Amino acid sequence: MAYGDFVIQHDLNFTVRRGDIFIIMGGSGCGKSTLLRHLIGLKPPAKGQVYFDGLSFWESGPEQQESLKRSFGMLFQGGALWSSLTLAENVALPLGEYTGLSPAEINEIVSLKLALVGLAGFEEFYPSEISGGMQKRAALARAMALDPAILFFDEPSAGLDPISSRRLDDLILELRESLGATIVVVTHELASIFTIGNNSVFLDPESRTMIAGGDPNILRTECTDPRVHSFLNRGET
Amino acid sequence: MTNPADTVLRQASVEYSQPAADCLLIRLAGVWTLKSGIPPVDEFSRRVAGHTGLRHLHFDGSGITEWDSSLLAFLRRLVAQAGRQGMVPELDGLPEGVHRLLDLAAAVPPKADASRREDKASVLAQIGNITFRYLQGAPEMVRFIGEVTLSFGRLLRGKAQFRRTDLLLIIQDVGPQALPIVSLISFLVGLIVAYMGAVQLAQFGAQIYIANLVGIGMVREMGALMTGIIMAGRTGASFAAQLGTMQVNEEIDAFRTLGISPMDFLVMPRMLALICVMPLLTLYSDLVGMLAGLFVANTSFNIGAFEYYHQTVHSLNLTQFAVGISKGTTYGILIAIAGCLRGMQCGRSAQAVGEAATSAVVTSILFIVVAASVLTIIYQQLGI
Repeated sequence: MAYGDFVIQHDLNFTVRRGDIFIIMGGSGCGKSTLLRHLIGLKPPAKGQVYFDGLSFWESGPEQQESLKRSFGMLFQGGALWSSLTLAENVALPLGEYTGLSPAEINEIVSLKLALVGLAGFEEFYPSEISGGMQKRAALARAMALDPAILFFDEPSAGLDPISSRRLDDLILELRESLGATIVVVTHELASIFTIGNNSVFLDPESRTMIAGGDPNILRTECTDPRVHSFLNRGET
Repeated sequence: MTNPADTVLRQASVEYSQPAADCLLIRLAGVWTLKSGIPPVDEFSRRVAGHTGLRHLHFDGSGITEWDSSLLAFLRRLVAQAGRQGMVPELDGLPEGVHRLLDLAAAVPPKADASRREDKASVLAQIGNITFRYLQGAPEMVRFIGEVTLSFGRLLRGKAQFRRTDLLLIIQDVGPQALPIVSLISFLVGLIVAYMGAVQLAQFGAQIYIANLVGIGMVREMGALMTGIIMAGRTGASFAAQLGTMQVNEEIDAFRTLGISPMDFLVMPRMLALICVMPLLTLYSDLVGMLAGLFVANTSFNIGAFEYYHQTVHSLNLTQFAVGISKGTTYGILIAIAGCLRGMQCGRSAQAVGEAATSAVVTSILFIVVAASVLTIIYQQLGI
């Protein structure tokens, strides 16, 4: 992973299993969000490949890449709702583009998705008219619109109060349990990491490579690398 | 002819049975995905209509092989309909995930007063609302002009807070970088004025007066006006977009919380930049327009360059230039006011930034045209 000649991370090699809640973690500036952009098809890596069920994304043709992208759902750090559309229109757009559902059926699915994130009744609101936490939840509803096989979350708890953050963690777990979704989360919120994560990769900004991986709860107690131990134990040695 | 509902149900199947007098059992089977659509609940509605004895609704989802939101949407529809019929749905026979997601969707009740659907107002009411909105804009404008005046006062007393580097950067952006477009438009306008006048003057053998026409026209009026309109579109929109984006990102709020006046730090350097640059751009526009007149006179009427120059110099005086420059400077102030005002009034979305930029251009041009008319009348009355 590089910006021009500046290498951010190198020799990253990890596998996300189906049904995992996979945490990408590391200190600020280690390249977590950049890695996510490589995974979701927004930026090609300087070297290396990203494989989905054995299929290389960056070596595939444009049509295959578009088809793969439709099996993702992405929750951006700031929500990234389209500000000129209502919440309902935001969630409805992918449904209208990629399914043959009638407008009435789309409205029902939109209503369902917003209800799942606790925003029933807010369909006609614009993003600027709701709080940051609600925008995040609306963005999650949009990410889930097409029932994607894989969900990517970039700092989902950023800016949320502890209770909202906990509710979001519960929702993430519910999505995995109920829909069997695979979820990749970029976060440095320790409470979320230990609550929801069952697999992870730790990126180090100094050595610019991955230095640990696996279940975060096991890493917290058994990893001997002081950088990982310090991170997962909030700086306690 | 195949019933569309049957086509859907070949993949997602729904069977109804009544194991007891007060109980309806719905067996769901097959593949329930968004690709297949959402089956209608007409059959359910038909079965329960008039059957007031039906109290319980049970489900058997053991035959479901694959499901997604289409199953959830169908069940929500069904459960809502059952509720209206006074039936009690039992969800235990459904896949565990379905049961849990339906519970999750019902966990937070809809916000009662959230609905935004308003009845469309009559045309007269809409006209009234638009008029009120415009009228409410007038006090805002006056307040803004007052704040600008106070900020200017602080500037004159040496107490304005802004960085010199910001002023120089803005001057560079609105000045030298505008030269190409000002050159093009001024040349073409000079060309048009020259050709239009030449056609009439040639009938009297007075084509040399093209120099007077273009010279006085550009210097007194057209140079300032065309430069003002160009800068309204180019710079007014830019100011509105810059300040509007800052408004969206809460950067202007950050200034206020630190006790720094956004008028001093953001608006004043922009206004000063236009006050400095517009007279120069106006003069430049005048020159380019006159060169276009020379081009027409020389190529179409064989008027020599020196002859044209001589005639132009004789037709102009410093008063003419002062009139043109004063107009250009006035337009610059108006563009800065319009652009900065719309930017500071911007909402908190990307669409609002676009609207602010558009509004800044429209407002600037309106101000310019009104000011042009007023100043022309004033100068005429003063005999200037």
